Amino acid sequence: MLDFLARLFQRHPLGSKEVAKERLRLVLVHDRANVSPELLEMLKNDLVQVISKYIEIDERGLEVTLDSSAEMVALVASIPVRRVKRAVKMASV
Amino acid sequence: MGEVIVITSGKGGVGKTTATANIGAGLALRGHKVALIDADIGLRNLDVVLGLENRIVYDLVDVVHGQCRLKQALIKDKRFEGLHLLPAAQTKDKTAVKPEQMKELCLQLKEEFDYVVIDCPAGIEQGFKNAIAGAEKAIVVTTPEVSAVRDADRVIGLLEAAELREPKLVINRLRPKMVRQGDMMNIEDIIEILAIDLLGVIPEDEQIIVTTNRGETVVQDQRSRSGEAFRNIAMRILGEPVPLMDLERDGNLFARLRRIIGLR
Repeated sequence: MLDFLARLFQRHPLGSKEVAKERLRLVLVHDRANVSPELLEMLKNDLVQVISKYIEIDERGLEVTLDSSAEMVALVASIPVRRVKRAVKMASV
Repeated sequence: MGEVIVITSGKGGVGKTTATANIGAGLALRGHKVALIDADIGLRNLDVVLGLENRIVYDLVDVVHGQCRLKQALIKDKRFEGLHLLPAAQTKDKTAVKPEQMKELCLQLKEEFDYVVIDCPAGIEQGFKNAIAGAEKAIVVTTPEVSAVRDADRVIGLLEAAELREPKLVINRLRPKMVRQGDMMNIEDIIEILAIDLLGVIPEDEQIIVTTNRGETVVQDQRSRSGEAFRNIAMRILGEPVPLMDLERDGNLFARLRRIIGLR
């Protein structure tokens, strides 16, 4: 009965297995790609340098991760932009 | 010539030793000559799970170092015709044996036994490398948890790199009720993620604790679900097509009624 009540008032109707599956999926993308956190960190730093030449970005909000769809592994970068630099804007006109 | 099967998992505590004991006993019950090797040198456990701890005289390291003959170290399980155990050494460490020596040992055992089943230590270091050195087939044990499945994935990669192709999966400690509630990964989820063939599924069963306490296997217990699951696995290893057992058959009348009227 307790079980039933607990389920009635559950906050996550989907159950925790979906969370487990998603976490496992992401962990395995990294494991299988054999990309170390250090390598990812180096890549992140280089990305910041290159992009900062053209766009002012929020370095702290930068996120670089691996993700996978059916057959492909993708490098996903989420980069918050502060503003596009004026000099670059002028040059491209 | 027999066949050498290693039972491995990466993560500890998922039930490798219990699986080794029960699969070995299951094969012996079907009339085969079986040698079980405890390859966990320094942390031997298969002897206590089988209730044979008081009968050890020599161990695997003694055999490999030529301090006794293979026959002297093999312990015959009196409860199962054809079942034998080669215990691990308790006072040595993993470096006491080399992969080449394990290969040689497996070759010797294959001459006399139909099946040689190796209980691999947890981890992916030297002990793992020793345990898989002489094996021709591999069984990977996992439980429906993120950590265990992750380690299983790593081990599958290492097995394939070592030319142990197409390992088979055993999912241990599945709780049908939690699966129904969406709080545990189901069989399909795990198979899809690991992309290997399924050998069997063992439901969580308190009877395993009871039999292990007594130094017995669960495989000869006709009433237990886990025993049935292990018998099925033994039959599949022998090439008999056995369908997966119905895990929904468990539960009391109330649980079944609820399921019938659609409350899961």
